[in-house]
Amino acid sequence: MSTRILDLHQGILDKNDRLAYELRREFEAAGVYVANLVSSPGTGKTAFLERTLSMLIEQGCMAAALVGDLATENDARRLERSGAPVRQIVTAGICHLEANMIASHLDGWRLADFDFLFIENVGNLVCPSSYDLGEALRVVLLSVTEGEDKPLKYPPLFNSADLAVITKIDLAEAVEFDCSATYANIQAVCPGIPVWETSAKTGDGMAAWVEYLKRRKLDWQQAIRSRE
Amino acid sequence: MHELSIAHSLVEIASEAACQANAKRVEAVTLRLGALSGVVKDALLFSYDIVIEDTPLAGSRLQIEELPVVVYCPDCDVQSTLPGVQQFRCDRCGRPTAQIIQGKELEIISLEYTE
Repeated sequence: MSTRILDLHQGILDKNDRLAYELRREFEAAGVYVANLVSSPGTGKTAFLERTLSMLIEQGCMAAALVGDLATENDARRLERSGAPVRQIVTAGICHLEANMIASHLDGWRLADFDFLFIENVGNLVCPSSYDLGEALRVVLLSVTEGEDKPLKYPPLFNSADLAVITKIDLAEAVEFDCSATYANIQAVCPGIPVWETSAKTGDGMAAWVEYLKRRKLDWQQAIRSRE
Repeated sequence: MHELSIAHSLVEIASEAACQANAKRVEAVTLRLGALSGVVKDALLFSYDIVIEDTPLAGSRLQIEELPVVVYCPDCDVQSTLPGVQQFRCDRCGRPTAQIIQGKELEIISLEYTE
């Protein structure tokens, strides 16, 4: 009996990453800009997304959403009020979304009809960081009520994001939110990341955010065209 | 905690490789884990022992090689190994840098087995 070593050098999430790659290609071909929203539970992802969807639709864009939760379809019902097509992904206890859950919830949708597709991830600041969903933009949200040091406590997720959004900015004064400390902490774990301040309740910052999102989509389309 | 699902994927890949190699018994699986992988070492070790039961990896041990984050500073043309994951900056000039060279690994390196 002899001992042998077998070299593998294989990523554990290769299967997910391959599927995410295919999804990204599919989204690019359809011209749908996909944003994956990640945050802890209670940050206000759903309120933020509902308002974003409503505004995009008002401006003549076609926007849809996939929303992930461990249980219930409550969030999908809330988001449907915006008039956007919405599908709920119930993960039955799984703490994050994976690429195959996205792929299996696209059936029957003509992606080419959409300008934007939002994926609201399961509220969790740890696990979603490892899973590529084929998105063009990963947005991490942080509310003013959560504490300025959240980025330092959860660096992998903040580092994996392309964009940070501070939510519930209308409560900033009441909770003595330290804006400059938060910015410094976000930049420490993800240098150069753009940060937006918003309130889905009062609408503060929302118009600028939606404008920015549309600009990012144009940049993305240009990048695809120049690659072809 | 997603380490349990990570452990499932790990065991699926390693079991398939062990079967293809006609391994009689797998002694150890070596894994490379970056500080930014989002996976906690102890939770993964714990999950591994549960998941390997009744698989070709039963009785094997998981060896985890932890990798710190390494960033590149284009201004200094220097790589810096970070002591943690809270400050992404160049060792030499102190300027922030987002260019990550190492630290996101979540990779099976090898299997040690007897045939």
